[in-house]
Amino acid sequence: MNLTLKVWRQKGPQGTGPKDKGRMVTYDAPGISPDMSFLEMLDIVNAKLELAGEEPIAFDHDCREGICGTCSLMINGIAHGPDAGTTACQLHMRRFSDGDTIYIEPWRARAFPVLKDLIIDRSAFDRIMQAGGFISVNTGGTPDANCLPVSKEKAELSMDAAACIGCGACVASCKNASAMLFVSAKVAQFAYLPQGQPERYDRVQKMIATMDHEGFGNCTNQGECEAVCPKEIKMTNIALMNRDFLVAVATAGARQVS
Amino acid sequence: MKLESKCPTGPIETRWDRYRFETKLINPANKRKYTILVVGTGLAGASAAASLAELGYCVKAFCYQDSPRRAHSISAQGGINSAKNYRNDGDSVYRLFHDTVKGGDYRARESNVYRLAQVSLNVIDQCVAQGVPFARDYGGLLDTRSFGGAQLQRTFYARGQTGQQLLLGAYAALVRQIGLGTVEMFPRTEMLDVVVVDGRARGIVTRDMVTGAIESHHGDAVCLATGGYANVFFLSTNAKGCNTTAIWRAYKKGAAFANPCFTQIHPTCIPVTGDHQSKLTLMSESLRNDGRIWVPKNKGDKRSAGQIPENERDYFLERRYPAFGNLVPRDVASRAAKERCDAGHGVGPTGLGVFLDFTESIGRLGKHVIEERYGNLFQMYEKITGENPYESPMRIFPAAHYTMGGLWVDYNLMSTIPGLYVLGEANFSDHGANRLGASALMQGLADGYFVIPYTIGDYFGNTKLDKLDTSHPEFTKVKQEVNDRTKRLLALRGKRTVDSLHRELGLLCWEKCGMGRNEKQLKEALAAIPGIRAEFWKNAMVPGSGNDLNQALERAGRVADFLEFAELMVADALERRESCGGHFREESQTEEGEAKRDDENYSHAAVWEYQGEGKAPLLHKEQFTFEYAKPSQRSYK
Ligand SMILES: Cc1cc2nc3c(=O)[nH]c(=O)nc-3n(C[C@H](O)[C@H](O)[C@H](O)COP(=O)(O)OP(=O)(O)OC[C@H]3O[C@@H](n4cnc5c(N)ncnc54)[C@H](O)[C@@H]3O)c2cc1C
Ligand code: FES
Repeated sequence: MNLTLKVWRQKGPQGTGPKDKGRMVTYDAPGISPDMSFLEMLDIVNAKLELAGEEPIAFDHDCREGICGTCSLMINGIAHGPDAGTTACQLHMRRFSDGDTIYIEPWRARAFPVLKDLIIDRSAFDRIMQAGGFISVNTGGTPDANCLPVSKEKAELSMDAAACIGCGACVASCKNASAMLFVSAKVAQFAYLPQGQPERYDRVQKMIATMDHEGFGNCTNQGECEAVCPKEIKMTNIALMNRDFLVAVATAGARQVS
Repeated sequence: MKLESKCPTGPIETRWDRYRFETKLINPANKRKYTILVVGTGLAGASAAASLAELGYCVKAFCYQDSPRRAHSISAQGGINSAKNYRNDGDSVYRLFHDTVKGGDYRARESNVYRLAQVSLNVIDQCVAQGVPFARDYGGLLDTRSFGGAQLQRTFYARGQTGQQLLLGAYAALVRQIGLGTVEMFPRTEMLDVVVVDGRARGIVTRDMVTGAIESHHGDAVCLATGGYANVFFLSTNAKGCNTTAIWRAYKKGAAFANPCFTQIHPTCIPVTGDHQSKLTLMSESLRNDGRIWVPKNKGDKRSAGQIPENERDYFLERRYPAFGNLVPRDVASRAAKERCDAGHGVGPTGLGVFLDFTESIGRLGKHVIEERYGNLFQMYEKITGENPYESPMRIFPAAHYTMGGLWVDYNLMSTIPGLYVLGEANFSDHGANRLGASALMQGLADGYFVIPYTIGDYFGNTKLDKLDTSHPEFTKVKQEVNDRTKRLLALRGKRTVDSLHRELGLLCWEKCGMGRNEKQLKEALAAIPGIRAEFWKNAMVPGSGNDLNQALERAGRVADFLEFAELMVADALERRESCGGHFREESQTEEGEAKRDDENYSHAAVWEYQGEGKAPLLHKEQFTFEYAKPSQRSYK
């Protein structure tokens, strides 16, 4: 099939002159096979650009299996494109029809500045994790793994939340550029486990403070994040996080004493 | 070059304990004075960086992704082995040790493997303490399953996302240290060379992949945990960015490379659909527990699976290996599929595929059971192929997956360059000629959490290291080399994309040095590789500039290294005139077409030392002795 692409191009940080504001550029993508993945379609367009001595469209990707969370494309205005529960790298061209025009843009959020073309800087996510996205345990000296029984139900809920791949689609699709789904997934994973209890309320406060500091917005219950999440992380995690945050604030004094 | 394994002696059960007792300790207050550079933050690197920082060392860590959470380890699906014996099914440290040596076809070092089996116990404890949500049974205790044909249930798992959960656990430990200021993290940073001063690894040269800046970092030791080289085949199950650059550059600086020809081909991957294919997707081998593998008995039979009657089907694994059937090890299953396809029985548009059929198990267990067990895999298959595997059988074909070869290391995980350590898939160590399913995750975490923290201290305790920084002339020199090379790449303005050259190399390696290897084809490959390399340096096209985010340049650098590395891999395959594990030399097989090992002549690691540009590398041998796991021919009949 033959397609037309409208792709966001923006110069990298070393681009000369004033900071590039970026623009949409039109490309033809002829002879695309329905068996190709979306990224393979971009590979073909890029090969043509390269041979013409032009810079290929820069886009982030690595595993191409929907698990590393690197790919990050806004496809026709939807984070990761039209297939529910699917990353851009797992989207296949049979989803499109001959003659289609496809718009491809980067994630857009204040906290995710564009580095070049479709590549953004998501390091804010790592900084939120540094603030509290862990259980403070050093290597060695841990008890036998079966010393800590966890009910199957809780373990499953924890795993549901832990499935987050940190791609940032939730932020990109939220009109407030909120990172609440991402942060709450980590908070919930640990909140369901006994290992997570000692730092539970400290963790939620620290992660939320960093999230605010990094410039992510608040949640206004639109649900766009859940709708586009390739791992179908649930908004109920946000409810859990809000509840933990309230408890944390309300009991802050008491926790300091104890 | 002298290869000293430095293995402790005495009863194997006590070797690691004794080693730890005999190592030099570093006073906690002094650890701060040592800087360790950890390149790669997958399972091996992240666990090492975090553990070393916890001990008090200053750590700088590097990865090419935008975050350490995205390393290729994340895509591991099946699980992680440990000798916990929670099942009471007869497992033990000794048995895991024995299975690993045997599974590796007796081409690994006993002392290392025994230690791996020992610390496998601690690995699971560590992960659980970090909050890794492993699967549990109704009593709330950890669940395990059998994996990759093991007759025990020793594999711990987190749904089909074990690698992801383990990596996120190690990542959490790492970011905690980054937050505490004990680890300085450099994401989107590619290591392009090692700096060796007075015979010791003292630093690295990197490229900032956003700004293009070439920078030097100095340290007291360097750990490479940069993963495997399966992307030499272009098409593999590895992530697109996986590369051999870090270990290849280290090789050229004096770190010997062991067993480069030991590569693992995974039997259950989705077949290639066309020239556009950029990577291959693994379907978990757990599918072989309930799926039956077959091809049509008649050559070139193009009917759909449903139209081929039962008596015209050849369930070739069940036929050849009645005892293990569809559950034979990876290398055996892969070769059998290739044999059928080569003989003209392959299915699908390209003829390079075999059926993996669930009709029988759906009939026996009901669709809902199959859905519960493999629902996500079936969905993934449908997404990629557009076919519904509940209705018609899957089509699968083997693909390059894992590399057992890597930089040679001693018992301390130190390469032949003092101060340069190699961890995880990047080293050659524990899996011999074939890795068992669910053992790579175990090894990566064992190396990082529980081995390197001890062995590196011993090095510092026994070595007087001069103070130096990046103003040392050797740093200036290596930085200049890296700059020159980058300029050379950017000057390429030919008529071929880097990808097309990588594809050409990959196909050549796959056809001549893939599942079956013989002298004639290996020699053809050796003759052809320099031609592709010359074509690259003459006719490749690398647009863009060096002072910028430039993905074309990144790819070109990696492919240039694969083009050199491939030659060593093929030379090693030619040199090893026996079949063992994943290395099948067609000249060395039994009458029934099974792999035939030659212990008399090849019970060694082939260890290659670089001799300079244009010169043949020098082969050394580390002889293996087996005091505990006595070699026998593997048989799955
Ligand atoms: C699809 C798939 C499924 C698998 N399933 C299983 C399984 O179920 N069980 C099992 O045990 N094993 C499995 N494996 C194997 C296992 O995942 C890997 O062997 C293991 O995760 C490798 O870990 P590592 O830490 O050595 O390397 P990696 O995870 O590959 O990490 C490499 C690191 O090095 C960095 N790096 C690389 N080159 C450079 C450079 N030049 N400069 C700077 N940084 C660099 C990368 O950024 C990354 O951080 C699977 C593999 C695949 C492909
Ligand atoms: S490239 Fe890894 S999730 Fe898309």
